[in-house]
Amino acid sequence: MSLAYGGRPVLSDVSFAVPQGKFVGILGPNGAGKTTLLRAVLGLVQPAAGRIDVLGQAPRRGSPAIGYMPQVRRLPADIALSGFDLVTGAAGGHRWGWPMASRTERDAAAHALEQVGATDLARRPINELSGGERQRILIAEALLGDPKLLLLDEPLISLDAGNQRAIIELVHRIGEERGIAVLFCSHELNPLLHAVDEVLYLGGGHAAIGPVDEVITAETLTKLYGSPITVLRANGRIFVLADDVEIEGDAHSHGHNGHDHHDHP
Amino acid sequence: MGMTITTILDYDFMRNAFLATLIVGIVAGAVGYFLVLRGETFAGHALAHVGFPGATGAALIGLSPIAGLSLFTVLAGIGIGVLGSKANRDVAIGIVLTLSLGLGLLFLHFYTAYASQATNVLFGNVLGISVQTLWVLAALGIVSLVALGLIARPLLFASLQPELAEARGVPLGRVSTLFMVVVALSTVDAMQIVGVLLVFALMVAPAATAMRITRRVSTGVIASIVLAVAIAWISLVLAYLTDWPTSFWITALGGLGYFAVSLPAWFGARRPT
Repeated sequence: MSLAYGGRPVLSDVSFAVPQGKFVGILGPNGAGKTTLLRAVLGLVQPAAGRIDVLGQAPRRGSPAIGYMPQVRRLPADIALSGFDLVTGAAGGHRWGWPMASRTERDAAAHALEQVGATDLARRPINELSGGERQRILIAEALLGDPKLLLLDEPLISLDAGNQRAIIELVHRIGEERGIAVLFCSHELNPLLHAVDEVLYLGGGHAAIGPVDEVITAETLTKLYGSPITVLRANGRIFVLADDVEIEGDAHSHGHNGHDHHDHP
Repeated sequence: MGMTITTILDYDFMRNAFLATLIVGIVAGAVGYFLVLRGETFAGHALAHVGFPGATGAALIGLSPIAGLSLFTVLAGIGIGVLGSKANRDVAIGIVLTLSLGLGLLFLHFYTAYASQATNVLFGNVLGISVQTLWVLAALGIVSLVALGLIARPLLFASLQPELAEARGVPLGRVSTLFMVVVALSTVDAMQIVGVLLVFALMVAPAATAMRITRRVSTGVIASIVLAVAIAWISLVLAYLTDWPTSFWITALGGLGYFAVSLPAWFGARRPT
């Protein structure tokens, strides 16, 4: 399968299968095609070549079987909508009509919020929540409609280490309890190291999938990028270096894709 | 004040003005709220300008100016909607906005008899509204509000969380274009009161003020409507008392209200983001 973004090829001749019920970290530097890949799984972009099968069929836009959490974006600053209202709006937002929430939608929102432990949190205005609290609300939205597959785009962005751990544990637990596969995008690999079953590493327009110890190696990544890559392991952390420049990890956390966020001063 | 109001309402044109501003206030307040929420106020501003050559061009070929207004703004609304959120959309809109005023000027050049009306088209003439115009305003208003009611739910979802809305099956392009048509129809309404240049005063100022003082969408929309009608009605009374133009008072009160509720946020304790 090959994917393009804005006419520019992002991934070419990529082939992988995600095992049911596995927690898969989609890793790779910014611009590697993580978001485009998720959008292809959602049926929002068509592969330039090849085919995608999601849960046994071609991707279909708006399929309730897939839960999705897009990258955080700034909400309109002047609106102090509660987390509950936001999730309720997402529960029935695809229907036409006046946004009066039905009983079913309110129940679905309450149920989703309960699963991420955000029932109390959701009473507060969304623009007064911290980054970690807001991520919980957004993960609750991804759980609406009892999906069979979870796609999370950079849930760790702009979170401190403690909040990153909490979010990873939460997603891990949800995936296990429901026995569903989770695709978890991150440009930082270290926070995910111990939680993921497998990693799907995107880089140089190609992809490699497998356990961390098989994929994040100098050999695999050198083949992926087609240029020499060094993988350093120190203190239980992994650093991926190309020409002595770290291409993976904390160095990137302050300049991702121009997707503005507001938790940095 | 009670005496003044009864005296004011003795005049037919004043009764028409109060009714017209009631209709337009409701429509502009409701539609304006979503316009501000989506950050598309510039598009709304530009749509009104496109009405200028529409009105003058229609007059030039002997049609009703309001028909020309509606046709031009609705077409422009579809155009803006189709452009979507392209990076250079604001530049394109700005150029079309200027081009519209230029075209309107050209039409006036060919049809000098209409020139006396030009000020009314540009700045509005709420005191010159006929009963017939009232019916047109009401019809346009009802169409706008019904259409807004039909798209409000996906519109809100798409405005707050576009990526998620798209993934969950909301047709972003169609919703955005339909909304722009609603905006176009309601600017035609608002133009009758404040003219093409000052549509912001009724479409944006009350809505932006309402958004700052309310928390929920439902209360926000209601506050926006109440503010728009209140601003327009107080302006009518002030215009009657001072003999200054109503449109001036509408812009003044709208601006005053917005700055009054914004000052604490700008200079006081900053809200956590």
